[in-house]
Amino acid sequence: MKLFINGNHLDLEGAETVEDMLLELKLANKGAIVELNQEILDKSAHAQTRLSNGDKVEIVHFVGGG
Amino acid sequence: MLKIGSYEFQSRLLLGTGKFPDFDIQKKAVDISETEILTFAVRRMNIFDPEQPNFLEKLDAKRFTLLPNTAGAKTAEEAVRIAKLAKASGLCDMIKVEVIGDFTTLLPDPVETLKASEMLLEEGFTVLPYTSDDVLLARKLEELGVHAIMPGASPIGSGLGIVNPLNMSLIIEQANVPVIVDAGIGSPADVAIAMELGADGVLLNTAVSGAKDPVKMAEAMKLAIQAGRLGFEAGRIPKKRYATASSPLEGMSV
Repeated sequence: MKLFINGNHLDLEGAETVEDMLLELKLANKGAIVELNQEILDKSAHAQTRLSNGDKVEIVHFVGGG
Repeated sequence: MLKIGSYEFQSRLLLGTGKFPDFDIQKKAVDISETEILTFAVRRMNIFDPEQPNFLEKLDAKRFTLLPNTAGAKTAEEAVRIAKLAKASGLCDMIKVEVIGDFTTLLPDPVETLKASEMLLEEGFTVLPYTSDDVLLARKLEELGVHAIMPGASPIGSGLGIVNPLNMSLIIEQANVPVIVDAGIGSPADVAIAMELGADGVLLNTAVSGAKDPVKMAEAMKLAIQAGRLGFEAGRIPKKRYATASSPLEGMSV
């Protein structure tokens, strides 16, 4: 699956869903929040949401801040 | 008791989580401060580093109410997007609206802050706007229905304390929602002054994380909150130009 993630072109084999993608990036269960083609996904939707070639993905999380 | 929207807190100290020397010091500082509300920022993950620390785990964040900010936003629309990203974590519905209009002073853009607050209220967020210490702006934010007003004491990270105590006290006096003094705090004295003015709480970060001993400073801030609040409730004496003796003037043995 060819994806554009956080400004990087990546080819993740077998990443059919958002959850697959996070597993492949080893970022599952690390508090990742995902925006797919400018649509923000609830965490509960990660497993069902399917990816397509060329999808634009933003993966964010909480960091320290005031 | 501090009530913000449907939330209730014993502590009146809100603590930011930026720029601590390390996670261990941060956790100790957070623990000793007895804060119940922690602020965070939302940023891109490093997708090439599976070992990056999970901030929430390190802080045992489940014990706290999370108050993510929209820092980095320059427009209302950007702030709304960041707020929605934060909410999609499923961990919080509170948001600190922070729309910066100038990158030298980091002062908030009042027009965009007002706009973002209105949009986020419509989306059902618990909205706490970080705002300048403008009395009329604070009133307009309250009229929109925000759940607390967070006027800055002075520019973010400046440590200058409350540079306009008159405005701050006018904001506090007119408000019917909690007023939380946010940004610019430098020392426990600044916190005590804010609380003596009648603020409902104080949000600070750099004053603790940048202190020589952050853990000790976190404790000092907790005590300053308590001292200032007690002082406010007790009602201070009026200031006078000349002396009034505290010892009796009668019965002198001369």
